[in-house]
Amino acid sequence: MATTNSLRVDSRTIYVGHRSSSTNEAFIPPKFCDNRIVSSKYTVWNFLPKNLFEQFRRIANFYFLIIFLVQVIVDTPTSPVTSGLPLFFVITVTAIKQGYEDWLRHKADNEVNKYPVTVLEQGRRIRKESEKIKVGDVVEVEEDVTFPCDLILLQSSRDDDTCFVTTASLDGESNHKTHYTVPDTEKDLETLNATIECEQPQPDLYKFVGRMHIYKNDQEPAVRSLGPENLLLKGATLKNTQRICGVAIYTGMETKMALNYQGKSQKRSAVEKSINAFLLVYLCILVSKALVCTTLKYVWQGKPGQDEPWYNEKTQREKDTNLYLKMFTDFLSFMVLFNFIIPVSMYVTVEMQKFLGSFFITWDKDFFDPEIKEGALVNTSDLNEELGQVEYVFTDKTGTLTQNNMEFIECCIDGFQYKYRDASSDLDGFCVTDGPLNKVQEKAGREELFLRALCLCHTVQVKESSEQGQGQRDQVDGFGLDGEVLPPLREQRGFIASSPDEVALVKGAMRFGFTFLGLESKNMKILTRNNDIEMYELLHVLNFDPVRRRMSVIVRSKSGDTLLFCKGADSSIFPRVRQEEVERIRMHVERNATTDDYLLVVTLGAMCFAVQEEDYAQADAGLMEARLALQDREQKLMAVYNQVETGMSLIGATAVEDRLQEEAAETMEALQGAGIKVWVLTGDKMETAKSTCYACRLFQRNTELLELTVRTLEDGGRRREERLHELLLEYHKKAVQDAPPVKSGVTRTWSSANQDYGFIIDGATLSMVLNSSSESNSSRYKNLFLQICQNCTSVLCCRMAPLQKAQIVKMVKNSKGSPITLSIGDGANDVSMILEAHVGIGIKGKEGRQAVRNSDYAIPKLKHLKKLLLAHGHLYYVRIAHLVQYFFYKNLCFILPQFLYQFFCGYSQQPLYDAAYLTMYNICFTSMPILAYSLLEQHICIEVLLDNAALYRDIAKNGMLRWRPFLYWTLLGVFHGLLFFFGVRFLFSNPALQDNGQVFGNWSYGTIVFTVLVFTVTLKLALDTRHWTWINHFVIWGSLLFYVFFSFFWGGIIWPFLKQQRLYFVFANMLSSVSAWLVIILLILLSLLPEILLVVFHKPRGPRQVELRHIHTFPLYFTHSFSPRFIYLFHFLTVLPLFSLWFWSSLMEPIFNIFIRGI
Amino acid sequence: MMASSYNAKEEDGHHSGASNNGGAGVVKSKKPDNTAFKQQRLPAWQPILTAGTVLPAFFVIGLIFIPIGIGLYVTSNNIKEYEIDYTGADINDACYNCAKNFSWNSTTPCLCSVPFTLEQPFESNVFMYYGLSNFYQNHRRYVKSRDDSQLNGDRSALKNPSKECEPYRTSEGKPIAPCGAIANSLFNDTLELYHIDSNGTRNAIPLVKKGIAWWTDKHVKFRNPGGNSNLTVAFQDTSKPVNWRKPVFDLDPSDPENNGFINEDFIVWMRTAALPTFRKLYRIIQKKPSTTPTLPSGKYVLEITYNYPVRSFDGRKRMILSTISWMGGKNPFLGIAYITVGSICFFLGVVLLIIHHKYDTRNNSADIPS
Repeated sequence: MATTNSLRVDSRTIYVGHRSSSTNEAFIPPKFCDNRIVSSKYTVWNFLPKNLFEQFRRIANFYFLIIFLVQVIVDTPTSPVTSGLPLFFVITVTAIKQGYEDWLRHKADNEVNKYPVTVLEQGRRIRKESEKIKVGDVVEVEEDVTFPCDLILLQSSRDDDTCFVTTASLDGESNHKTHYTVPDTEKDLETLNATIECEQPQPDLYKFVGRMHIYKNDQEPAVRSLGPENLLLKGATLKNTQRICGVAIYTGMETKMALNYQGKSQKRSAVEKSINAFLLVYLCILVSKALVCTTLKYVWQGKPGQDEPWYNEKTQREKDTNLYLKMFTDFLSFMVLFNFIIPVSMYVTVEMQKFLGSFFITWDKDFFDPEIKEGALVNTSDLNEELGQVEYVFTDKTGTLTQNNMEFIECCIDGFQYKYRDASSDLDGFCVTDGPLNKVQEKAGREELFLRALCLCHTVQVKESSEQGQGQRDQVDGFGLDGEVLPPLREQRGFIASSPDEVALVKGAMRFGFTFLGLESKNMKILTRNNDIEMYELLHVLNFDPVRRRMSVIVRSKSGDTLLFCKGADSSIFPRVRQEEVERIRMHVERNATTDDYLLVVTLGAMCFAVQEEDYAQADAGLMEARLALQDREQKLMAVYNQVETGMSLIGATAVEDRLQEEAAETMEALQGAGIKVWVLTGDKMETAKSTCYACRLFQRNTELLELTVRTLEDGGRRREERLHELLLEYHKKAVQDAPPVKSGVTRTWSSANQDYGFIIDGATLSMVLNSSSESNSSRYKNLFLQICQNCTSVLCCRMAPLQKAQIVKMVKNSKGSPITLSIGDGANDVSMILEAHVGIGIKGKEGRQAVRNSDYAIPKLKHLKKLLLAHGHLYYVRIAHLVQYFFYKNLCFILPQFLYQFFCGYSQQPLYDAAYLTMYNICFTSMPILAYSLLEQHICIEVLLDNAALYRDIAKNGMLRWRPFLYWTLLGVFHGLLFFFGVRFLFSNPALQDNGQVFGNWSYGTIVFTVLVFTVTLKLALDTRHWTWINHFVIWGSLLFYVFFSFFWGGIIWPFLKQQRLYFVFANMLSSVSAWLVIILLILLSLLPEILLVVFHKPRGPRQVELRHIHTFPLYFTHSFSPRFIYLFHFLTVLPLFSLWFWSSLMEPIFNIFIRGI
Repeated sequence: MMASSYNAKEEDGHHSGASNNGGAGVVKSKKPDNTAFKQQRLPAWQPILTAGTVLPAFFVIGLIFIPIGIGLYVTSNNIKEYEIDYTGADINDACYNCAKNFSWNSTTPCLCSVPFTLEQPFESNVFMYYGLSNFYQNHRRYVKSRDDSQLNGDRSALKNPSKECEPYRTSEGKPIAPCGAIANSLFNDTLELYHIDSNGTRNAIPLVKKGIAWWTDKHVKFRNPGGNSNLTVAFQDTSKPVNWRKPVFDLDPSDPENNGFINEDFIVWMRTAALPTFRKLYRIIQKKPSTTPTLPSGKYVLEITYNYPVRSFDGRKRMILSTISWMGGKNPFLGIAYITVGSICFFLGVVLLIIHHKYDTRNNSADIPS
């Protein structure tokens, strides 16, 4: 058998209806996976182990697990509960969240898997659950039902052997796509005996190759090619067709849809990297603290009588332990004691902040677009803060900067230019604006040919109205009979196509009197100017692809002529037509493209036609052969296409207008004002792209353009490489060396004498720059190129292939300083750059949903980018940066007193605070205020952020998470920690603090320190809060109240489950002491004093002062307007008196005594 | 329906899993709610901390803190305190012999007496403390070496004390009551105070031993097993702590309300000190109803029954007599701290006012030409 011979590993054979092709051969049903969809990660049984494993793979969780285990195994100062409980809490919450999500997935899976479907088995229709479908089953699907698996269409209820589907849930394209049955399959599926050979499952939705062998009673099997047009994808929905039958070829997890939803690589934000760096610092602090304590402990114990005084003997086991082992366990114990310095809860809070914070983007009604009735979409919440850090924006042109709402405005036939005037109907609007008026007759003929070409050369479908197909057809018939009905109906006619310029062309033709009525059983019907209906048999469609940049149709007219119409970009058409015709049209094309009309952007498509009868036979054979190929079908098709599309003659060119997106220019201006460099990456031609850039004000009138395109390279007449080298050096000198150094942070005013440069490069030149012949040149060119680009205000890259776009993004991403990049686009060709950039933004445009699906954020319009970056991004960044710094700070001043206490307790790892406080500090007492802050803070209100784009520069380059602010926060934490500990230490030099002479013990000491700590840390946040909503009030004051109530409660009862009642009435007794009150107030105030002090000096200065005067002052951590040295000085100033107090007290006592006696 | 089953991201964040049930055809209007919260437009108080608002705060803080500080300082200074170190470290000290010849096994108590003179009379109630130095009551091994359930009168814990009490958990096969290192090292020097009046007679000064422990400790946290009557029976089958000279039910045989676990000296000792140098309340000398001062100036003798060794770990023992004010014992720290902080605030307020004033005028003049 032919099929078995050519059977390969990379293809699969399917027996339609499980019928063996011949009886004499043993029929072994091949093994394929079943149709069960498993998107869930866990089952009931493996949930616990698998989820735990996944969670402990995270470094932070693992670290805390280790700490917990150390606590369990080694005799450590704190009970395992103190770190076990938070860890358990974190793990449980995450597990519950993931479990719930998985349950939802299970539910959705079940809904899909248990969905009833009809399967034809031995002529009977059997209802089955969807998951039971096997490869080879013949499945019947009814209208408006989604396909349960990937099917090859065998039979349709429509007469023309087609069916319509919509793939809205797959790629968002809501137009109806036509799919065809396999030719020559019998009407009676019961007797169909066929095998299908097709490639193994692969995720590309738009690619499929296979062939079908049909066996008919001992005849030679007929072979039919199968392509994407025969394949119905799982997830797509059947439309406008009553019922179809198809054979399942890919099932379950092997369907294209399932393959497509397997994750994309995860992006990590710069903030996360900063967190990890800080974490490392704190880990070092932790380890060095533990080391210092361990060392000092053994030094201290070396003195006689210290290690084991008579009142505090060791147990036998302790005495027996090996010294080095003891040292090691001591070290571990210290690690455990200080481990709170690395906050487990920070991870939870950061996650929560990101997750909850991203809702504000989806909720923003400014992002709601009434046209598509959708708002913004957040696909990942990991990158919220990255939106505030963008330095480079890479934008697509078509559909992003422009609306991709094409309108036919003019055309050029045979060298004459026609403009459509918005006059009535008919020919009046179609008037010649230039060129000689002779040869009228010939001209009319060319015109009609041109318009026919417009009507035929496309893949547009006519949208059927809501009425059933039959009624529609009646109406269509009605046109022919009665011309009067025509005009109003004509206007209602809707066209659907994958690309909007096709629709524009068909509509343009309609305005000039040639209406495309639709495709009926491979016949294209058009209504001519004279109200005649012409039929053309559609023989072949040579589909559009971005490499060829053209498409063709081959049709046979009534008269039997075979015609090939081809349309495409001028650059791809001109080389393929007879050269003498080109010149006249080229002139128009180029003039059009450089039109300086401000709001219009014009794209041109040139159209041409040709082909004779004898060529057709050959072409047909070639096409059929290529389509049947199982291997390398793409390449073979491409070769045939190229072969067919030659020797054509040019009929004319069209101009299609595309408007700029709403507020595109304002958005671009705002981005540039924010210090963001905008690069336009487009596949379009240079002239069009350039005029778009002018229209968007990316290029100004006075911008000097540095062009590096094929044209400039060919100017000199020398070798391109040499010229490239020369130009690069020249531009580099101009833009980099001669340019005055730009001071960072200073607004570049457009009117200044500073010359602005714009840089233009095209795809061909770019590949020369990137892939230069010699290796050394390549890196040097790349460097020069990057330096030039970085000194230009905007860069335009035209004629880019999708992959080149990603290449550019990658190059900039990896350049010096690794700037944060953002890509924005709407089409499938932008996906690669969206995935490559740090942040990928999809526009919910007209070119399907692929960009949206692969993006991190999706917005309906370009103009929303402004608010997304300037307001949301800025706020998110400030919030999370503050969150991170604050977390480290509050844990540093939490644990520092505990560290200092070791010096006073014989390095015995005695905790300063009670276990309850150790556990609850990060979970309950201080977590909520910072979470509320990190969700609600608006240090500058949104309107001001939007109005002053320059504010965005304040946080550029991860400004709030660099080492300097980190050092500031760390020093603040150290300062507070020292203050808390020593303030109370001096108080406890006489522990008789109550007015009845009774004394306080060590737990009172810890409680006083802890009270000061909780209050200071919370009030510090209160000081930083610039936006007090009721939630902030509630949470901040609520936390403090909760602490007080909890302390009373915790100390108010003899807890039966506790081994030691350490805190019994400690808090209440503390509050009964006036001295404790006084020291608490004093220490809180003294800690916050430097902060308050800074405010006075923190009035913004310089040129920004005026515009900022109406805004609230900057938060205190903005240190650039105020020298940090000054801040440290102030801290020092306040620390100094405290530490000298002890010495003063002895010095000053006599002076005070004299003073007081004097009174 | 099917798409949402895969699009976990979308589902996780923003749609409930079932939102797409109707298939692709149903387009739900997703217009976001126009609520103040969702649009981040909650009414908010936006405090503007400027020099204008902060400067008065500095003055206010200064004006409040300085008087408080002076008050605290005066109060602290008015507290009378007298301290005697009776460790006996020096050969000239009265207790030198007791300290030197200390032995756990000696049956005869070593007595020594330290004479001293009070220059000023002590008015009102006088509190007698003992102080220890270089004694690590806050050592971890020490702090945890106790069984609070046992001390709370739990019978099972009495018979089977917590493991934390090791190595002071059992002795001679019987559980120790009270167990643990803290109880074992109970301070057991006896201090007596005598006033020597002008004609040379020694008058014992009455020392009150009640009211020295926290009320809640005495009445709730510490309890004798089976009530306060018949402690001998209650503590049957238990052993006394190794270093004790008498069992727990003999701590104060004269007063059943102060015996056993609820002995106040014991409770005070059980509250572990925060720092290695500490003092603990020992006795209270109540003021006399007449106008005569509680401790008139003059000569006194402190009689010590020297039972507690501290030389082995370089410790010191002190006896402190102190009066008490509303802020507790004598401690100049708070007063000085308040005065210092208050003055710094005030001073900074003045300096900042000057700077701010100058800065503002310069600023205004700079604004005019622009």
